[in-house]
Amino acid sequence: MGSRSSHAAVIPNVDSIRRETGFSQASLVRLHHRFRALDRNKKGYLSRMDLQQIGALAVNPLGDRIIESFFPNGSQRVDFPGFVRVLAHFRPVEDEDTDQDPKKPEPLNSRRNKLHYAFQLYDLDRDGKISRHEMLQVLRLMVGVQVTEEQLENIADRTVQEADEDGDGAVSFLEFTKSLEKMDVEQKMSIRILK
Amino acid sequence: MLRAALSLLALPLAGAAEEPTQKPESQGEPLPGLELFRWQWHEVEAPYLVALWILVASLAKIVFHLSRKVTSLVPESCLLILLGLVLGGIVLAVAKKAEYQLEPGTFFLFLLPPIVLDSGYFMPSRLFFDNLGAILTYAVVGTLWNAFTTGAALWGLQQAGLVAPRVQAGLLDFLLFGSLISAVDPVAVLAVFEEVHVNETLFIIVFGESLLNDAVTVVLYKVCNSFVEMGSANVQATDYLKGVASLFVVSLGGAAVGLVFAFLLALTTRFTKRVRIIEPLLVFLLAYAAYLTAEMASLSAILAVTMCGLGCKKYVEANISHKSRTTVKYTMKTLASCAETVIFMLLGISAVDSSKWAWDSGLVLGTLIFILFFRALGVVLQTWMLNQFRLVPLDKIDQVVMSYGGLRGAVAFALVILLDRTKVPAKDYFVATTIVVVFFTVIVQGLTIKPLVKWLKVKRSEHHKPTLNQELHEHTFDHILAAVEDVVGHHGYHYWRDRWEQFDKKYLSQLLMRRSAYRIRDQIWDVYYRLNIRDAISFVDQGGHVLSSTGLTLPSMPSRNSVAETSVTNLLRESGSGACLDLQVIDTVRSGRDREDAVMHHLLCGGLYKPRRRYKASCSRHFISEDAQERQDKEVFQQNMKRRLESFKSTKHNICFTKSKPRPRKTGRRKKDGVANAEATNGKPRDLGFQDTAAVILTVESEEEEEESDSSETEKEDDEGIIFVARATSEVLQEGKISGISQATTVCPALC
Repeated sequence: MGSRSSHAAVIPNVDSIRRETGFSQASLVRLHHRFRALDRNKKGYLSRMDLQQIGALAVNPLGDRIIESFFPNGSQRVDFPGFVRVLAHFRPVEDEDTDQDPKKPEPLNSRRNKLHYAFQLYDLDRDGKISRHEMLQVLRLMVGVQVTEEQLENIADRTVQEADEDGDGAVSFLEFTKSLEKMDVEQKMSIRILK
Repeated sequence: MLRAALSLLALPLAGAAEEPTQKPESQGEPLPGLELFRWQWHEVEAPYLVALWILVASLAKIVFHLSRKVTSLVPESCLLILLGLVLGGIVLAVAKKAEYQLEPGTFFLFLLPPIVLDSGYFMPSRLFFDNLGAILTYAVVGTLWNAFTTGAALWGLQQAGLVAPRVQAGLLDFLLFGSLISAVDPVAVLAVFEEVHVNETLFIIVFGESLLNDAVTVVLYKVCNSFVEMGSANVQATDYLKGVASLFVVSLGGAAVGLVFAFLLALTTRFTKRVRIIEPLLVFLLAYAAYLTAEMASLSAILAVTMCGLGCKKYVEANISHKSRTTVKYTMKTLASCAETVIFMLLGISAVDSSKWAWDSGLVLGTLIFILFFRALGVVLQTWMLNQFRLVPLDKIDQVVMSYGGLRGAVAFALVILLDRTKVPAKDYFVATTIVVVFFTVIVQGLTIKPLVKWLKVKRSEHHKPTLNQELHEHTFDHILAAVEDVVGHHGYHYWRDRWEQFDKKYLSQLLMRRSAYRIRDQIWDVYYRLNIRDAISFVDQGGHVLSSTGLTLPSMPSRNSVAETSVTNLLRESGSGACLDLQVIDTVRSGRDREDAVMHHLLCGGLYKPRRRYKASCSRHFISEDAQERQDKEVFQQNMKRRLESFKSTKHNICFTKSKPRPRKTGRRKKDGVANAEATNGKPRDLGFQDTAAVILTVESEEEEEESDSSETEKEDDEGIIFVARATSEVLQEGKISGISQATTVCPALC
């Protein structure tokens, strides 16, 4: 299946992808191989079914939501740049990224963007806030069945209350960021192999 | 002599005082010519002894496990060694001399193979090969380093005069001793690590190292032994080269032998469909034959068995029946557990025989210090080097556990007993030192490794009380990370693994796997997916009435409302994962609000699904049970699938029916029952069945063992996994007679 030295020349628009995502050449090649491996019928793009075939995702409570995050705006296919764009959020933060040229757009793997990615997993209707209902849905996904519905609702209430500062009953992105300021997001949302 | 000893031993055990003579029982006059009762001890002596020892060991285990507190603190191996000491003392006191040593012959031929086979067979092969570089480095380079530095340091110690001159040993003798004492022992590592639960990468590295270093140990031992026998003056340069070459020969040869037998085993199990009953027997016999063949050819037998187990597992699991699989698993575990118990007990007993050893404090202390020190140093150096190449570096905690977890065990002891006293005059001193070292590592290190691990981890964590938000989001992030890692494909693209998998698919699987099993694995996900859709469609078409009217539901869907109210104490007890840091909170709770907070914390803590990384590698010898992870996987999987089904349902108007080409391979099995296993789901497929005419979702249990297959990518095989049954009537399966609903539908992308 291709030669060992399949290099970046095979990837279309490799330079613009590199600039946008900040991946190294080697990582892009690796991701391209993975993209091709996932794309069973060699369509050139990935559909939801291709991602659902990854077995381990089926036993991950957030698996479906992660799959959804690859298909923004209701599209049914994701091509390689789109694939890489999502994964770029998980690039480890390196020191040279911090002293960026302020005119350049924020890199995809900045802390803010990582948090934004996670925020969007909660905020399904994309209104910029995590409502109590959405929090409850996430909790339902993540918690085992021995916790009753009523308890879940209480927890959801309390969680939203804790983070909600302006009292609108929902957690905005700023409030979300603030509640997680102590967490080492850069480390928690980084995959070391994606340099 | 043995008879007398045993009869004396039988005194306390049997409580009968029989003289081993042929005496009739009757008190009356002895009947000449015909004896009513005879005491035939010598005829049953050997097997009786063996059985008796194993029985004693098992009874001891039962007694140990009566007290949970003891077993949670003290690893079983320690208790067994102590028991051995006690028993040895009894035997010594009664018989005035020590019997029942750990004989090297028995050890290498009967006691060690089951343990190694068990480990090799249940070794997680994916993890093993991912970390193969690290494992090989530690096994080869690490063992060589340990052997040479320990030997040289001991010799230096002797030159410095700290070792009494009655220990007559030269540099070569010390090197020989270094080589046998430096090998990490698989039996001890398994015994201790299974209680400690470190992360799986760490475990596989230490354990893999302990298995693979056998080749190095064997070669070093033999080379040094022959050098010692030749006398240091006669050793020539070519002999050194031959030594190095023999390392390759021994290790690669051993591996090759193992692979050959794996191939044979896989091939034979392909044809055992009519003779199911001999399947487990075949597995054991061929694996044992691999061991013996390697021993015979002076190759590394442990490597042979490990490779045999690793290589054959995939095909054998696909070929043999479900019952055979269970049998093999249980038997292997039983044998291994029994062998391990006997080994530790005999270790304890052998230590009592003081005629075999001679004490020298300098040597003993020196050895202890050196092996710990040089192991730590070696680990640090090698890890530093490996981290340059590894994708996931090994951090400091891992290194500490690795160096502390390098336990020596029975292999070292057996090897030292094998030394020839005439050639190695210091043998007795070496024996004593080895005994002390083994006891120290197993008892002291075994006892303290668990608290050490806990202490190291707890020290790293933060001490502030986490808010609900943080807890929840932390878990979320972990799950997200796990999911994205899976999307990216773990450690990225592995060219050689892909090539191997292709080769395997094209040639090996066809040759070695039974045809039905082979076909199933190929089409599994497609079948599952299509059936999923069919069920959804049929469900929808029936207007959703079927389920409610017949009272059938999708099986074992966990329902939130059906759980009883849980109290805080229950939650505390259940969530023993250590993720709850706020036990202090309960103590200092004052106000009602705080109490509510605390309750909620516990609720959340206990209820949250644990992400993959926090799982404990379960390689227990004692418990083969479904653990929390599998239960969690099952729940999550069911809910995910349920949600996906519902999403199909909601977009039913977009379903486009197209005639698909008949799929001969999927329907090739004309038999009545087919079992398709959703391989992609890590072994937790859902129980669904359908019938053509009624299109009713039934809960079916698959009784057929013929066509069952298990997804066996993971070593945590679940016997009661949800088996996905596609039970279709024959009409459905015949091509061309597929009715409207049951056509394989190709769903438009719009549905997704």
